[in-house]
Amino acid sequence: MTYIIGAGVLKVGDHWDKSLRNLAAEASILAIEDAGGVSVDYVVVANSLSGVVNGQENLGSYVVSRLNLKGVPALKVEAANASGAAAAIIANSLIKSGEAQRVLVVGVEKMTDYTSLEDSNTALSTLIDSEYEAFHGATLDSLHALLMREYLKKYRINREDFSYFPILMHENAVDTPHAQYRFKIDLDAYLSSPLLAEPISMMDVPSPSDGAAAIVLSEKSEGPNGSARISSFGQATDRISLYNRKYILEMPSIRMAFNRAVSKLNNFKPDLYIIGEYSSVMGYIATEELGLAESGKAYKLFMDGEAKRNGPIPINPEGGSKARGDPIGATGVYQLAEAYLQLTGRAQGWQVNGARRALVLSIGGLGCNSVVHLIEGV
Amino acid sequence: MQFCSTLNRGGVSMWAYWLSVPAHWREFPARYRLEGGLCRSCGHTMLPKGEICPVCGSKDIVTKQLPRRGKVINYSIIWNAPRGFEYYTPYVVALIELEDGTRLMSQLTDIEPSQVTEGMDVEMVLRKVRVSGESGIIAYAYKFRPLLKR
Repeated sequence: MTYIIGAGVLKVGDHWDKSLRNLAAEASILAIEDAGGVSVDYVVVANSLSGVVNGQENLGSYVVSRLNLKGVPALKVEAANASGAAAAIIANSLIKSGEAQRVLVVGVEKMTDYTSLEDSNTALSTLIDSEYEAFHGATLDSLHALLMREYLKKYRINREDFSYFPILMHENAVDTPHAQYRFKIDLDAYLSSPLLAEPISMMDVPSPSDGAAAIVLSEKSEGPNGSARISSFGQATDRISLYNRKYILEMPSIRMAFNRAVSKLNNFKPDLYIIGEYSSVMGYIATEELGLAESGKAYKLFMDGEAKRNGPIPINPEGGSKARGDPIGATGVYQLAEAYLQLTGRAQGWQVNGARRALVLSIGGLGCNSVVHLIEGV
Repeated sequence: MQFCSTLNRGGVSMWAYWLSVPAHWREFPARYRLEGGLCRSCGHTMLPKGEICPVCGSKDIVTKQLPRRGKVINYSIIWNAPRGFEYYTPYVVALIELEDGTRLMSQLTDIEPSQVTEGMDVEMVLRKVRVSGESGIIAYAYKFRPLLKR
């Protein structure tokens, strides 16, 4: 078995005074200290955009150099917004195979060094099909806009019905110390926010951010501040481009990753869900693909409060991609660290009371690389 | 120094934004003429032509001239553009289904964004799609305009 035995998260936001390596090192040091100052024998770095934004690759050596872990094997894992979850799969497999006893997984992204939205859009466009989508001026946001328009049409809901998602995410993030946006928004703010790619507005998607989070995985349940068991995981892919999918509102990769993860266990009933949604509409689709709501009805969970932290189906108690923030390659590690903090009862202020089991869904690109982790407190 | 000239990106430094000559050149058949692929095993058509049919898995795929007419299935009006597209905002990126069922993504042209509707008939034209700074190549490719009444 593999356990999370320590975690460290930095506030998601604009870290003008910190570089890619400052961020990675700070989160790593926090996680290793949280795990009792243990030694690690492998480092897996999760990141998505460092080559294009920071002009830096070779992140295994880059991070290890900063941590003075000379000689320790290290590598980078990339799977868009699911990079962190994919890195955890690699780390978990290294432990299960006996190749490593303890692995540091650190997710880092530094997006704000390019200060214009045009540049962040260009960077995010590397997550979609560069030759047949981004070449024509499509952006990540605009592809989510196609989903939203299709969703509005197919399920005959109103654009206001998408507001329930960011409103709850922002409400949750108020209590999350490491969240990017710790303030509430209301329907007026949602409806008056600028359109980025119609019908997607600024309140439907995260903004560019910097962030780093780290977890230490071990073959033993040895965390001095508590441990959480990674009971199962599943991953699945779909076509990277949206235009040649038959039904754009279906995200079979989410369903397949979920089924692969639950098929390894008997009767896993999560007490909370941490979904890396990127957009309001993807948040709804993911909720439906996980079987929590019927198609076209996900908004009701967020409207009626069932998805609230103290509701029967808590979703994103930390604020999700929208309000905690979505530092792309680091997001998956944030999610796993948050699940760990929840399951060890240390999510002070944003705790889901009595949480014993968590489902973490990370979604890379446009639902084209999904990872589900099932995690239990021990 | 040749080294310097390859690094001169016209004052723009986002690497992903830069379009290299061969990267555009090798896509000419698709981008200039809408040449796609036809799976001879199941009849599926695709853009671009791929190695393996995404429907039946066959590798028996030949080049096919795709029809230049189709209709708008879905679209987004982009206000927040990536590099190289700033001067076009607001512009429309549409999901288009050609007459033979092939789907592709393209900008719409010769139409006000507010006039675009789902289901509208469109036809392919060759237009300037993007630039890469002051010294980079100017890339032409298909865009779609409302079908002219003839």
